[in-house]
Amino acid sequence: VSANEVALDPERRKLQIVETARSKPARFTDRQVTLAHGAGGRATRALVEGLLVPAFGSPTLAELDDAAPIPGEGAKFAITTDTYVVRPIRFPGGSIGELAVNGTVNDLAVAGARPLALSVSLVLEEGLPADELRAEAGAIAAAADRAQVEVIAGDTKVVERGRADKMYICTTGVGARDPRVRLAPSAIEPGDRILLSGTIGDHGTAIMLARGEFELAADIESDTRSLWPTAEALIEAAGGSLRCMRDATRGGVASVANELARASGVSMLVRESAVPVRPPVVGAAELLGIDPLHIANEGKLLAFVAPEVAAEALRALRSVPGCEGAAEIGEVTAEAPGTVLVETPFGGHRVMDELVGDPLPRIC
Amino acid sequence: MRYVDEFRDPDLARALAAEILASIEPGRRVKLMEVCGGHTHSIYRYGIDDLLPECVELVHGPGCPVCVIPMGRVDDGIALAREPGVVLACFGDMLRVPGSEGTFVDAKADGADIRMVYSPLDALRIARENPDREVVFFAIGFETTAPSTALTLQRAKREGIGNFSCFCNHVTILPPLRALLESPDLRIDGFIGPGHVSTVIGARPFEFVPRDYHRPLVISGFEPLDVLQSIRMLLDQIVENRCEVENQYRRVVPLDGNPRALELMAEVFELRPHFEWRGLGFISQSALRLSDAYAGLDAERRWDLPGVRVADPKACQCGEVLKGVIKPWECKVFGTACTPEHAIGTCMVSSEGACAAYYNYGRFAREKVPL
Repeated sequence: VSANEVALDPERRKLQIVETARSKPARFTDRQVTLAHGAGGRATRALVEGLLVPAFGSPTLAELDDAAPIPGEGAKFAITTDTYVVRPIRFPGGSIGELAVNGTVNDLAVAGARPLALSVSLVLEEGLPADELRAEAGAIAAAADRAQVEVIAGDTKVVERGRADKMYICTTGVGARDPRVRLAPSAIEPGDRILLSGTIGDHGTAIMLARGEFELAADIESDTRSLWPTAEALIEAAGGSLRCMRDATRGGVASVANELARASGVSMLVRESAVPVRPPVVGAAELLGIDPLHIANEGKLLAFVAPEVAAEALRALRSVPGCEGAAEIGEVTAEAPGTVLVETPFGGHRVMDELVGDPLPRIC
Repeated sequence: MRYVDEFRDPDLARALAAEILASIEPGRRVKLMEVCGGHTHSIYRYGIDDLLPECVELVHGPGCPVCVIPMGRVDDGIALAREPGVVLACFGDMLRVPGSEGTFVDAKADGADIRMVYSPLDALRIARENPDREVVFFAIGFETTAPSTALTLQRAKREGIGNFSCFCNHVTILPPLRALLESPDLRIDGFIGPGHVSTVIGARPFEFVPRDYHRPLVISGFEPLDVLQSIRMLLDQIVENRCEVENQYRRVVPLDGNPRALELMAEVFELRPHFEWRGLGFISQSALRLSDAYAGLDAERRWDLPGVRVADPKACQCGEVLKGVIKPWECKVFGTACTPEHAIGTCMVSSEGACAAYYNYGRFAREKVPL
C-alpha cells in the first residue's frame, strides 16, 4: 500500500493513527493494581514497561527477555526469576511445586541457557497441612531431578491465615548460555518460520476445570514439563539459524506472538488450521467463548527459525518425547509491523491481539 | 466438536460466497445489519467479511447486552457491592464495563466482594452456602439469558432463600429494533435476525419488520456457514423483491419460540415503562423488572440505590455506530481516546461490541479471499 493510497483513504488514515497510538511506550496510569495487571496481557505490560522497568533503569532488564545474561565472566551465565501462585495448588497433570521448577527452567531454556541451579523461596499460609507441604517439597525435588537442576538455595516465610492462599513459591534459576546461539527478538526477520512445540491450551483449561466453577468434566491435563530437551534439539538442528524462542505461558500463544512482533518490528501470520489443539480444549474454549490462542501453557514454546532450516528444525522438534504434535504454524512478514494476523480456515483474516487482562467468558 | 465442524467447512463457505457474489446485479450495493453481538463476533472471528463482495456491507447492530447497559446501572451495581455484607455476582462479560467512576474490576480491587459466575444458579448456590451474606445477582442479557434468571428466582422463592436477590437489567430485542427502524437516518436493506433470542421468542414476533418497515429479516445461527447462508437468503429476497421473515436457524428456532420459557418469564418479570440504553437513549417498554409476586427478591426494592442517570460521554458516537450511520473507525475517539483498555463508549466494551470487534479483529484493510 503506497503512502498516497493511505492519505486518500480515510479508513486507512484513521487506522494508521490508531497504530501510532498503540506503538507508543506503555504507561501505567491506573489508580491501583487490579487482577488484570497479573494476567500477562496489555495491563501487565503497562505495569512492567510503564512502572517497573523505568524505576529500575537497567538496560538489560529493558530487553524484557525471559532470562538475562549475568554481566561479567564473558556473560557465560543467564538468570531468571518467577513467582508461582495457582489455585488449586494440585491439578490434573501437576502441582504448584512442579510448575515452580519447570516454569523457571523453561525461561532459561528458551533463552538458550542450559538450566544448572535453582533457588526456592516459599511463602506459606498459617495452617497449611504438613502433608500438602511435604507433597509440594517432593514435587519440587522430583521436577528438579527430571530437569537435571539442583536446588542450591532457599528461604521460607510464614504469613497469618488468610494473608496467602496456601502457598506461593518464588524460584530463581541460573543456566549456562549455549555458545551456539544468540537468541533475541531483534534477530527475527521477515520470512522466518514459526514453530510450535505441541498442542496449546492444555494447562489453562485444566486449571479452569480443576477450580470446579463450572460443571464441565473433560480429560485434560496440564502440560507442565521442562522445555530444555526441546530447546536443545532445536539449537542442535538449527544452530545460528534459530532466531528466538519463547514459552507460551500466561496470555497464551497470542501474547507471546504479539510481544515478539512488537519487540522485533515485524508482523506475524498464524494459520489457525495449523495450530494443534486437543478436541476437549477446543470444546471447553468454545463453551466458554475463549480463544485457545489466549489460554496459558506450561510446556510449550514458539520458535522462530530461518526458512531454509525450518523443515529440519521441525523434524528435530518432533523427535523430542512429548513434542510429537509440533507444527509449523505460520511465518514472519513485513506487512504490518507489530501486529499478529490469523488466517482463518476460510482464508479470511483477523487480528490476533493480546488481551487486556484475563480472558473473560462470553455468556450472553 | 464434530457437529460444529460441518458448519465451518471452508469449501462450502467459498461456494456460498461465490453464490452471494453471483446473486447481486452489478452496481448494486447492499447494507445488512446483524442485530446480535454473537453474529458480530462470528463475523470477525472467522473473517467472514473477507469472503463477501465489496458491494455487501455488514453493519453491526445493538444486540450486545453488555454494551447497552447505561453507566448509571453500573454505578448502582457498584453501590450494591459496597453495601456491608453484600456479594455481587455477575457474568464475566460485565466485569470491565465502565460506570461513571470505574468498573466492577476496580470496585473489586477497592475491596468489594464481586464474583464472576457462569450461571445465575451459581449465584443462588453462593447464597445457599453463605447464609450470613446478602447475595445479589446482577442480571443482564436479552431473552436469551432472561429465562435462566427467571428459573433461578423461581427456585429461590420456592426454597425460601432470604439472602438472595436480583438486580435486573434484562432487556428485550424488539423495541430497540423498532426504534432503529423508526430512525430517519437508518440505511439498512435487511436484517440478520438474532438466533439465540429467537429460540425463546420464536420467529413470529419479527413479522412487523417486513410488514411495517419493508425490510427482510433472516433469523440466523452463529456458525460461519449459518451467517453466510443467511446473507444469501437475504440477497435472494432483495433480488426477488420479496420481503419476509425467514428462518435459517430451523435446527434450533421454532416459529413460536419456547412456550415454557415464555411462561416462566411472564410469571417472574414485567415490562418496565421505559429503560435507558447506552447510545440509544430511552426506549419505552424495552426492559424487564421483577413482577410484584417476586418483589421480595428485587434488589431495587430491597436497597435504596442512587439510581442517578449518567449521560453518555459527549465525544462518544456509539448511537450512530449502532444505527449503522457511521462505521466504528469514523467515530472521533475510536482507537485513540477510546480503546478496549479504557473504553469510553459502549461499543468498545465487550468483544461483541462493534467497535471492540473492529479494533481487535478487523483493524486492517485486508485482502479479499479469491473465489
